[in-house]
Parts: sequence; structure tokens; C-alpha cells
Amino acid sequence: MSGALAVPVSDADHAKGSVDAPVTLVEYGDYQCPACGMAYPFVQEILQRSGEQLRFVFRNFPLSQAHPYASMAAQVAEGAASLGRFWEMHDWLYENQDHWTQRGAEGIADGVQAVGLDPMQLQEALEDNHIAERVRHDFMGGVRSGVNGTPSFYLNGQLYAGGFDTLGQALGQMIAQAR
Amino acid sequence: MAILPPGAVAPPFTLHSTPDQTVSLSDFRGRNVILAFYPADWSPVCGDQLALYNELLPEFTRLDAQLLGISVDGPWSHAALSSERHYHFPLLSDFEPKGQVARSYGAYRQAEGVAERALFVIDGNGAIRWSYLSPMGINPGADGILKALDDIHAATGQEVS
Repeated sequence: MSGALAVPVSDADHAKGSVDAPVTLVEYGDYQCPACGMAYPFVQEILQRSGEQLRFVFRNFPLSQAHPYASMAAQVAEGAASLGRFWEMHDWLYENQDHWTQRGAEGIADGVQAVGLDPMQLQEALEDNHIAERVRHDFMGGVRSGVNGTPSFYLNGQLYAGGFDTLGQALGQMIAQAR
Repeated sequence: MAILPPGAVAPPFTLHSTPDQTVSLSDFRGRNVILAFYPADWSPVCGDQLALYNELLPEFTRLDAQLLGISVDGPWSHAALSSERHYHFPLLSDFEPKGQVARSYGAYRQAEGVAERALFVIDGNGAIRWSYLSPMGINPGADGILKALDDIHAATGQEVS
């Protein structure tokens, strides 16, 4: 309820953009959540527009009781990360959400193929317990930060209370003020 | 009317959790209880809020706490909601006399005839340790609940596994 990010952004996070950017945007997201799918193009647009002025961090917040494949998708993206391909997998999952959520595990496997990951290598990565732990760690950090649903966005460590359609505007103002 | 504050004794209740089963606050004596009053089954914010709490059940168990959802909806509505959303905690019906338990916690909205979106954390002795009234349309999340449970454990020096 305080809306402050409880777990500071660190090297352990998946981040895009400059470490020195004046604004850091953290998203807590669920790959199977339709609202996150709708937010994805807005975030992409913001990223393209903001360039070096913005650092973007994605953290997992799978509501697996509501979305049965959300946890699996989160773990596959983390597995992809251990093979150096996190953002490719992350982007594929959101860009093809309508497709894979209809097909479940097979749909996710389509993504693994599309991104060009070696299924055997990925499987080995997924057998590593740290991946499930990592997803849970992201989730609990989100809960402690007051995440109440997905997507939830934090601008420089403070929960953004508005909708994602106005996020770009709020962010633009922060960047302008930081100059 | 303000909701009951920390330090108040949690008013006892017995309510239907299903058409043929009841749940009493006293059933959980010795454990912590999270009471989540919410306005109505099927409304979108409730869905998100309860979905989040459903996801946190292992964490609540670890903190020796039982989650109970309460609204004025009848047990058949609760049963349908629980089944569709895969909720694994009781939803209690404050149905007859309507809203009586919500009223006893100061969490009833007379004008709309529904419970407020209000949270209470009750300790094993039946004392309210934390309470929070959320604006109707805003999902309060779970950070306040977890902090209240942490505080209870810290105060009693109880080890949490």
C-alpha cells in the first residue's frame, strides 16, 4: 500500500537500456495475463521513444491459480535467460500470447523453437531449482512492494497508480524533469 | 462508522462457508486469521484481490494464518465463484441477517448494502492486530497483511520456518 519497490533493482534483474538512465521502469508481469499482453506494445513504444533515458526491468508475477500456464512460461523465459536469450523469449511470449495460451505447453514449445533455443539445453536449465526459486523470489518481492495485480509498473521505485495507456506520458514528464 | 482498530477484540461469528457447512472464528483459536471483507462476488477488483490471496496461501500457512473471505453473497454464489476461480480458502456468507458480521467490524456500507473492502489480521487470542479500509474500487494488495503477520511473529519471538 505504500507503493514503494521493496526489492531494489540490481544486476540480478533482467534489464534493458542504460544503467545511468535517469528513469527506471520496473514491470511486474504475468505472461498469460491478457492485460499484460495489452500493455506490451505500450511498453515497447515507450522503450523506443525513450532510448538512453530509460532503463526497463521485467520481474515475474505469475498468478498461476488464475493462469495455469503462467508459471511455466515464466520458468521457460528464465531458462532462456540462463542461455542468454531472455528478451527474445519474453518478447515472443507477449507478441504471440493469443496463440500459445490456447495451446498451453505445446504453444510454449512453439515459442522455444521460434526463438531458436536448443530444447535439450533449455530442459537442463529448467531442471535447475534456482529457476523456480527465482520466479517465486520475484513474486514475493512484488507482493512486498504492494503489487496487487498485473501488470504493475514502478517508476523510479514508486508504484504507478494510473493505467498503462498514460504510463508513457508520466514517464516522459519524469525524463524531462531529470534533464 | 470506522472499522475496528488494532487492539479491539475480534467479534465472534459463525457463518456458512457452503450451503451445509459453517465456519466460526473460534475454530481458529491459537492461529492467526486474515479476514478479507469484500463488496461482492464476481466484481472485477474482488477477483484480482482474491486471486492474489489465493496465490499467497502457502505464504499465509507459513505464517500460521488462515484466510477467510467474507461478503454478503449467498453460499451458492460463493460456491460458483470458488469453483470457477480455483480458490482454495473459505468464502463466508454474511447473508442472514444480512451484513451482521460486517456491521460488527464496522465494515458495512448501508447505502449499497454490501461489505466494505476491509482487511483484519487477528491473532491467536482473538485480538485484532491490524486493520485496513481500502477505497471500494482499489485492490489493497497483500503487503500490509504480510507485514502485520511478520509483526505478530516478531512480537512473540515465534520462529517462522
